Amino acid sequence: MALFTAQNIQKRFGARVVLENISLSIEAGTVHGIMGPNGAGKTTCFHVLTGQHRPDAGRITFDGQDITGLPPHRIARLGISRSFQIMNLFDDTVVLENVLLALPAFRAIGRSPTRKVFGNAALTDRALEVLALVGLEDRAWDKAKALSYGDRRALEIAVALAAEPRILFLDEPTSGLGAEATRSLATLIGRLRSRYTIVMIEHDMRFLFDLADRISVIHWGQVIAEDTPAALQANKWVARSALGGTA
Amino acid sequence: MITLSDIPRRGGSPFTWPMGLFLAGLATAPLWLAPIGLYQYLGVEIAIWILFALGFNLLFGYIGLHSFGHGAYLGIGAYAFGLFQKNVDVSLWGGLGAAVLAATLAGALVGACLSHRRGIYFALMSIGFGQLFWFSAIKLRHITGGEDGLLGIPRPDLVIGGWRFDLNDNAAFYWFVAAITGLVTLVLWRLANAPFGRVLQAIRQNETRASFVGYDVWRYKWATFTLSAAVAGLAGGLFAMAQQSAYPDVMSLHQSGLIVMMVLVGGGLVSFWGPVLGVLLYFIARDVLGGLTETWLLWYGLMFVVMVMVRPEGVAGLLQGLRRRPDGRPAPLGKA
Repeated sequence: MALFTAQNIQKRFGARVVLENISLSIEAGTVHGIMGPNGAGKTTCFHVLTGQHRPDAGRITFDGQDITGLPPHRIARLGISRSFQIMNLFDDTVVLENVLLALPAFRAIGRSPTRKVFGNAALTDRALEVLALVGLEDRAWDKAKALSYGDRRALEIAVALAAEPRILFLDEPTSGLGAEATRSLATLIGRLRSRYTIVMIEHDMRFLFDLADRISVIHWGQVIAEDTPAALQANKWVARSALGGTA
Repeated sequence: MITLSDIPRRGGSPFTWPMGLFLAGLATAPLWLAPIGLYQYLGVEIAIWILFALGFNLLFGYIGLHSFGHGAYLGIGAYAFGLFQKNVDVSLWGGLGAAVLAATLAGALVGACLSHRRGIYFALMSIGFGQLFWFSAIKLRHITGGEDGLLGIPRPDLVIGGWRFDLNDNAAFYWFVAAITGLVTLVLWRLANAPFGRVLQAIRQNETRASFVGYDVWRYKWATFTLSAAVAGLAGGLFAMAQQSAYPDVMSLHQSGLIVMMVLVGGGLVSFWGPVLGVLLYFIARDVLGGLTETWLLWYGLMFVVMVMVRPEGVAGLLQGLRRRPDGRPAPLGKA
């Protein structure tokens, strides 16, 4: 059974239909890519899947449970984590605390008026571990806003990982990165794939074709094709629609 | 590489040096207020406003909800205290309990209506609700005494064991107010520096991210609003005792603006202690500048304008700038 499914998702903003009919089925342990031209509805699709927007029609399930229309914090607590295309960090907070705040164990004491913030060695240890995973352990005490663009991207992923997700949604992780940073990100995701189920929107076709097990192509708010990268490259229709042009 | 030993064990004990300084100042004020040319009652006023300001800053500075109608909860506390004395029983703790309870209920109710909003919508609606309470206080004459308010509210005696203190004596009353302010400050400091306070600051910086890592932002906002209203209610109860009356002006838009100004000037956005500095500065300006010129509020207002333009982090930000660590790094915890 698929870990995460979306069935016939529809989303309108006023008279504009952004998502016409989206269906996805994501198997546990796979990397699932989502591609499509600008304005195809990819990010809106993520917003709907992770609870920022409520779909107008359709059904979303996670691990067999119906999660359609749940608010973001409830969805997050189930183990669905995401990164953002436009970075969303706690800018005035140090890097370590950005990660600390996202740990489920910290969230569990979040309402506590008496616990210490950095006093729990197990928690800080875990936060440092996550930072080490993305190579930011040396920047732990710098404010998030002091990081370079590439490091902020890495922190964005670290925060998503800190939530100890069962499924990870990455919205254009390579956006704005140089060749060097993109390569190290590919290495990172290569390492993560054995531990997480990953859904990833990406414009960088080589990046996506190298990493994804399956790819859904979204256009005009619909899934127009879904297959393995190899099969998609062979698909003349996809190639001709300029989507796979750079692949 | 950072190891665990580099991580400060701060955020545990509230007995830091600013807290020591604050408590010492609070405890000894009656001894030095008169010698430096001030008077006892000023201490009472300052202690009450500090209480109000610290509770308010949890909402304003920590979670970043800019309420411009918080005078209402100060007023509700004052009226509740007075009404309890007049209609139920002449009782110190009963009156203060009623003040806190009434303000908490009002805060919980208004907070439930406001917590979905942010930015300008939150600010405007907070003013709207503030005006609603203010207008009610004027119009419900048979309950609140209209524009005259409730007069002749007694200051019941404080009874501890076999000891009885007459709080009509301003010195005794000061000690009482100072004790409450000190205690509540300890509690608020603990709250602000516990995970709860960190989550509030995270929500201020990025609501979207906070909800996507699993925090119920609405609930945190509502709880903070209610809590700050409760503290304002307590301050209001003490204010009714201090003035021995409760009147609509206590909850006017003017009061609500005053508390915002104090917190901003003091530096509530960057420090737990900002509001304390802001309250001190205001009352010093009122009494010292006020002694020199009738137009002191003009000068205070000008200072506010300059402050916001040049140093939006307020007095506390100014002080933090002076004691930045030599390696140029900010202190690990944004708020001390």
